[in-house]
Amino acid sequence: MSAAISTFRPSLTGFTVPMIAGLGAIFGFLWGLSMGNGLVGLIAGGALAAVIAYVLASSMENRGLGVLAASVLIGVIGLFLGGAGGAVAGAAMGAITGNATYWLSTGRYRAVLPPYASSKQVLWHHFFRIGICGAIFFFLIVPILIIIPLSFNAENFFTFTKAMLALQPEGYSTKHYSDFLTNPDWQQALRNSFMIAPAATLLATAFGTLAAIGLSQSHVPFRRAIMVVLISPMIVPLIISAAGMYFFYSRIGLQGTYWGVVLAHAALGTPFVIITVTATLVGFDRSLTRAAANMGANPVTTFFKVQMPLIVPGVVSGALFAFITSFDEVVVVLFLGSAAQKTLPWQMFTGLREQISPTILAVATIMVAISIALLSVLEYLRRRSERLRGLTPG
Amino acid sequence: MADAAVSGTKTVLTTHDGKPLKVSLAKALRREKLRALMLIAPLLLFILLSFIMPIADMLFRSVENGIVAETLPKTVVALKNWDPASGEAPGEDVFAALHDDMKVAVAEKTHTRLGSRLNYDQPGISSLFRKSGRRIGRMKEGDYKQQFLDIDDGWGSVENWTTIKRLSPTITDSYFLASVDAERGADGIERKPENERIYILLFVRTILLSMAITVSCILLGYPIAYLLANLPVRTSNLLMILVLLPFWTSLLVRTSAWKVLLQQQGVINDVLVWIGLIDDAGRLVMINNMTGTIIAMTHILLPFMILPLFSVMKTISPSYVRAAKSMGATDWTTFWRIYFPNTVPGIGAGSILVFILAIGYYITPELVGGTSGVFISNRIAYHISSSLNWGLAAALGTILLVLVLALYWVYDRIVGIDNVKLG
Repeated sequence: MSAAISTFRPSLTGFTVPMIAGLGAIFGFLWGLSMGNGLVGLIAGGALAAVIAYVLASSMENRGLGVLAASVLIGVIGLFLGGAGGAVAGAAMGAITGNATYWLSTGRYRAVLPPYASSKQVLWHHFFRIGICGAIFFFLIVPILIIIPLSFNAENFFTFTKAMLALQPEGYSTKHYSDFLTNPDWQQALRNSFMIAPAATLLATAFGTLAAIGLSQSHVPFRRAIMVVLISPMIVPLIISAAGMYFFYSRIGLQGTYWGVVLAHAALGTPFVIITVTATLVGFDRSLTRAAANMGANPVTTFFKVQMPLIVPGVVSGALFAFITSFDEVVVVLFLGSAAQKTLPWQMFTGLREQISPTILAVATIMVAISIALLSVLEYLRRRSERLRGLTPG
Repeated sequence: MADAAVSGTKTVLTTHDGKPLKVSLAKALRREKLRALMLIAPLLLFILLSFIMPIADMLFRSVENGIVAETLPKTVVALKNWDPASGEAPGEDVFAALHDDMKVAVAEKTHTRLGSRLNYDQPGISSLFRKSGRRIGRMKEGDYKQQFLDIDDGWGSVENWTTIKRLSPTITDSYFLASVDAERGADGIERKPENERIYILLFVRTILLSMAITVSCILLGYPIAYLLANLPVRTSNLLMILVLLPFWTSLLVRTSAWKVLLQQQGVINDVLVWIGLIDDAGRLVMINNMTGTIIAMTHILLPFMILPLFSVMKTISPSYVRAAKSMGATDWTTFWRIYFPNTVPGIGAGSILVFILAIGYYITPELVGGTSGVFISNRIAYHISSSLNWGLAAALGTILLVLVLALYWVYDRIVGIDNVKLG
């Protein structure tokens, strides 16, 4: 039975070619619209795709070669119609068409489902994955990615110019980046951010790690109440924290000072440190500290030589969380800080509210790069700690 | 370590130094508790000082009203004997006290502050204090009532004096009344005139918008969580990055992305015009209104829905679904009667989390909400930084805080606060 499934091939002219022609028609329609005539594009795209599908499925067994051929063919057509931008778009469409042809013609699309699935079930399965989930992932990720090319815009626009779409080099420039690097406002904000965040991180990590170790002891009176108090900065809406801190810090003269902002950010960052460090301590083997004490190590030595190296991934990811909390935080600093404590997010906020300049997109791109780097480090630490604790094999 | 010592007929376990074991153990336990507390103490102290005290200060400010009694101490005492129901302004003794108090207040420059405070409750009263403050030095002794009336007729108004008398106590509920669009009139608490009611509307709008955001997060988050939970681990880990990247990207970056995309000259409108769905004159207005707030905040809060849903769906055994199907249920029945009920705890947890986060949002509504898409937080911020009515800001903040804490209590009941996971 399974042999019969693996050699299952849908009808070429009755299924694969019409489906691919439909895909091609959509591509052609979009292309046609951009050139001014959707209908011509629709017919031309459909016909071209049908020919490609027939040729590939009937006479090209080698998949890689087939996809390459389709991609080059449409890429060249695109080059004639729309320059460099057209070539790239055409090559992408060709690659998609080629891959889809093989996916359908070899019956691979059915291999992921049980052999008894009806064709309606197969259709729904793929529509759900490609149509619905694809659209939601698109919604999640594209807004973030789209600012990256836009930040290289040579004009002061927030949309793609004709030159950018045609991939002409003069449509792109790094002038918004050089503005960020030379403008004193942005530079001051960057400096402030890098002065406030590390100090807040240090405070939050030191206090938070100690408290997490304390909380993970077996007998802690009022553990729940203490936990609620320590987690509260994460629970209370930021605007309320900001309001309270503004009122209280102006009473004691900390409003508008560097230390005021640092203390506030440290308080906001500690819950994250507590949560991550407590999570690593759950898997901590207490007999290790007892063994160390048994062999004559004092508590301080035990902590630094035995406990610390084992919980360090939790501490580092907690510190990263605390850092990003402070580095991204804008509401509290908006109220607590004075002009001298203007951080990067604050500068972005005023920029967005008053006169929005494309420099913001350059800054945003840099910040996306920073978050990708932080995310990778965290993911690495998480996997390492899980591996060490034997939670998952991978 | 413990050796048994026989004393008379009773056997008491003792440690090697002769103390009863019970006492020794209790002492060890106490020492352990103390050590745990010592480790926690620095942070607890730090959070109490830098976070809990400010919140307490805000709660206090929402009812605090020392300003009248501090600025006009003698007048407040003299006013005790005056009855607003008499329909006449107070007598000479009150005005004499007012003169003394004003002299001190003008010297300390506190009379204008008092004026603007009273102005929140009785519009127009602050000019009375400013005017009188300028001329107080030139007043002659005797018949202060007439002299004050010469400066401004307002001093003869019963309403003004009623306001001063009403706000004399050091604790007031006027801020809380104001934040639910009520005030204390001649006969007790009454609703404000129709055109001055804004806060109830704002609270209702905040809650409705947060609900709309929560619902759209469920609709978008459910399919993704389902897909991630049912894919092989390797693929789902890869796709999880697409969820975690927005989660880790700065809030301002995402807000600025939406500001750029949703503008009338932005990418989405450009694409729609280019495809021909709308013409150039009919570009959609998607920003600086509710639409903008809902779209941008759904995008920002979506990961908070996906992650709890995913962790619940991971625990649902695939054999339930298989069992249902083997007994002849259709795909839809299987999903609706078997799979979906199992995911309800995840929907609950995610919804409460998203709702709590949405209800206190400030930055995104401020930037993409215009006037129709702003939340109660924006009003709080306005009262702190622009109108300087801190008492009202504190009262609004207190109401919001109570709302959020109540929701967290529910969340704690369902999920448990200790189970908060990051990433």
